[in-house]
Amino acid sequence: MEGNVTVQTNELFLKKKKEMQKERRNLFIRRFLSNKMAVIGSIILTFLGLTAILAPVLTSFTPYEMVAANRLQPPSAEHWFGTDNFGRDIFSRVLYGSQVSLAVGLSVALATSIIGMVVGLLAAYYRLLDHILMRICDGLMAFPAILLAIAIVAVLGPHPVNVVIALTVVKSPEVARVVRSAALVIKEQTYIEALKAQGASAMRIIFMHITPNTVSPLIIQVTYVFAIAIIIEAALSFLGAGIPAPHPSWGNILYDGKTVIFSAWWMTIFPGICIILAVLGLNLFGDGLRDLLDPHTNKANK
Amino acid sequence: MKAYTIKRLLSLLPVLLVVAVVVFFLIHLAPGDPAAVMLGPDASPQDVENLREQLGLNLPLYQQFIAWFSGVLVGDLGMSIYMNQPVLDVFLDRVGPTLSLAILAQGISIIIAIPFGIIAARKRGTLTDQGFMVFAMLGVSVPSFLLGLLLMLLFGVYLGWLPIAGYSPLSEGVWSHLQYMILPAISLGAIQAALIARMTRSSMLDILSTNYIKTAHAKGVKERLVIYKHALRNAFIPILTVLGQTFGTLVAGAVVTETVFNLPGIGQLIVQSIVRRDYAVIQGTILIIAASYVLINLIVDLLYGAVDPRVRFNKK
Amino acid sequence: MVNEPLLNVKELKTIFSTEKGPVTAVDGVTFHVDSGETVGIVGESGCGKSVTAESIMRLLNEQTTKYEGAITYNGKNLLHLSKEQMRKIRGNEISMIFQDPMTSLNPVYTIGNQITETIMIHQKLSKEKAYVKAIEMLELTGIPSPEKRIYEYPHNLSGGMRQRVMIAMALSCHPSLLIADEPTTALDVTIQAQILDVISDLKKELNMGVMMITHDLGVVAEVCSRVVVMYLGQVIEEADVDTLFFNPKHPYTKGLLKSIPKLDGDRNSKLHVVEGTVPSLDNIPEGCRFAPRCAYADELCLNRAPELETTDEGNKVRCWHYKRIFEEEGANATTS
Repeated sequence: MEGNVTVQTNELFLKKKKEMQKERRNLFIRRFLSNKMAVIGSIILTFLGLTAILAPVLTSFTPYEMVAANRLQPPSAEHWFGTDNFGRDIFSRVLYGSQVSLAVGLSVALATSIIGMVVGLLAAYYRLLDHILMRICDGLMAFPAILLAIAIVAVLGPHPVNVVIALTVVKSPEVARVVRSAALVIKEQTYIEALKAQGASAMRIIFMHITPNTVSPLIIQVTYVFAIAIIIEAALSFLGAGIPAPHPSWGNILYDGKTVIFSAWWMTIFPGICIILAVLGLNLFGDGLRDLLDPHTNKANK
Repeated sequence: MKAYTIKRLLSLLPVLLVVAVVVFFLIHLAPGDPAAVMLGPDASPQDVENLREQLGLNLPLYQQFIAWFSGVLVGDLGMSIYMNQPVLDVFLDRVGPTLSLAILAQGISIIIAIPFGIIAARKRGTLTDQGFMVFAMLGVSVPSFLLGLLLMLLFGVYLGWLPIAGYSPLSEGVWSHLQYMILPAISLGAIQAALIARMTRSSMLDILSTNYIKTAHAKGVKERLVIYKHALRNAFIPILTVLGQTFGTLVAGAVVTETVFNLPGIGQLIVQSIVRRDYAVIQGTILIIAASYVLINLIVDLLYGAVDPRVRFNKK
Repeated sequence: MVNEPLLNVKELKTIFSTEKGPVTAVDGVTFHVDSGETVGIVGESGCGKSVTAESIMRLLNEQTTKYEGAITYNGKNLLHLSKEQMRKIRGNEISMIFQDPMTSLNPVYTIGNQITETIMIHQKLSKEKAYVKAIEMLELTGIPSPEKRIYEYPHNLSGGMRQRVMIAMALSCHPSLLIADEPTTALDVTIQAQILDVISDLKKELNMGVMMITHDLGVVAEVCSRVVVMYLGQVIEEADVDTLFFNPKHPYTKGLLKSIPKLDGDRNSKLHVVEGTVPSLDNIPEGCRFAPRCAYADELCLNRAPELETTDEGNKVRCWHYKRIFEEEGANATTS
């Protein structure tokens, strides 16, 4: 009989827990939907993501096909965004370019999250490491990001992967700092002391107790890193130090467009709008998330 | 205060060392031999080897680093192999446009952003506030080089009001200088302005809800004075931090903005030097920029004391 | 007209518009303050006493606040004055000091700057004369060597000193009404008594009316001649200080008095607590607002709200049953 009762209460407990989790999720979704910035941001990002993925469906032109007779055509029914100085279709170059630009941004976001998380947690937990790691971060952050990126790409050679590496080196310290300061706050809490006193291992404390609390500031920061990665990639490509030539990327199209800016405004406007949309979408999404996840700034802003 | 300043100055050394090490090894790991680049594709291997020896490029890397860094410590940044001039001279030659660009951009952004931030804070929640903030959101989302291209398209190509690229030094007249600088400065300053406006707004909102603002109202202080005397000076402390931090963004943006507008500044110098494999120039200029960035942040920290008497007290 | 009080608050309602709809923080409050007297406004936090004070000063954000009723000061209805007219009264004729002296002074200006600012706003004095005046005021509030202190920043001063500075600033233009919003709550007990003495002394010297807002009945006993007890945005009892302490009418007032520890009391007996907590303003009980926490409440109390009645002694109470309770328990039941 007794065993039965416990099973029942256990089931009841689990059911209740599930319900509570569901309710919390629903609450988060409701709050998310009522946050205009987050919603508009996600709509923009979804739109850009879909057009990037669906590029082969949306356009019948390839981004590389040069038709000399079609050079510098203004936007028309056939070439929606016009053509460039090699007669390539800008619409398809912008679409395929968004694949490159978004992929670079996303890879940088993921890589900086992982590196920033590990470095930030180690620095927060081990005092000696903290000094060394944070001085290195200070040093890397003292560079104007784009200069360091240019230098790294110059060393490694222009290749999308190298652009990702350069941007990861440049932006990881920032993420590490955010993780570190979030982790330090948790580390000072009494319950971590209590856990230590009970003999919990360092790894257990770091991964079970400190890490979860660093996730929301990390996500917020990485959203901004994503945006900045798109900007710097575009700038690098615009300087001719990013994605190598025939491949489309938003920055490359701008680079080609600059020489003909007098005659072909469409080569500047369309990729430009895409960059602005992507960065705006990410910034809105980041600000919205910050309002949702971080009650302190939320109060200060309202 | 003096001891604090010295302590802060000393703490800059490790940061600068990291910067120096990173720059040096990064540049020297680059494929491509400056000797070969300088002599061109037709040079014989023997000539290249001789030049390498002459430039010290055949020594082990760490020896080259020590030689270079000990020079840096006494203010000698080395020679530009391409221009055959001391790096410091090359830098000083080209710093004018960049400095002018940075100062104009920062000036424009401060003049626009702080009043806008204050108005937005005072009219919090109204249409005006929301309008300003949407504008600021757009501002931080347009990369400066892109804004440069768009402004160039509008004012240079479409309206034809301003020259689209080039440079005229200040010594040849303020007006022609400004004609060339105004678009670059606006495109570079826009992001700053947006950042500063947002910071000003949120900082003002914090301050306007404090008790001492209530006291000021209770004393019968005029609304305008409450804002400009009592609130702004307090709100200025976090704004100052943003000003310092965004200087880095400004310099970074200047590199690309100079390329967009064809300004012969430091940004172009660095990009050209990378192509020319002019190691000493790249190292030297990046080191100076990084150092000035760190220094500016130090100055900002010291400025807190001027704005906030509590800081003065604590650090005595 | 001769008997017109200095400040006469009549049926004051202060309504905030919030996201959830209008919230009436002060609901029909009536009381008055005469020149030279100290009136205590007593109640738990959230009862609307601070909002009443800030309504009189018109310090609330008027875009989101609506007033009803009248606040008559020296024959003028303050609620009808323009912002500029009101500004000229604030700090000049009506002054206010706040609860937390640590945060009520601007940290980036010297105290001299802040006191002379008030003086120069309202009186046409030169900077030098304003400084002389400020030093004089600091001296009156008992700050040692004011001629040096005046050049210091707030962070150099202790809490008690800062509150003296606040008082000096508030009184620098010789206002006829001082509103003190919990002026001693944030201070040490020994400092509290000193600050109360300063306020009482200066009240006599300047013949001011003082509106003393507090939740501390000890403060009331020390300085007030009349007391207004507030509960959830309404006045529930008003009486002279002796009657209030020795013969309180409202069950809430009785509860408050019983919760004061007594030196000569039985240390083993538990202190009385008023059961329950103050309901929030968006969830106001239908009948008598105190009914859910009241031991005497019956059907009537839960359904119909009592009016503020004038008692035989000329005091006021908002309770259906105060007479019955008095007959059942006698006057001394609460003070034994």
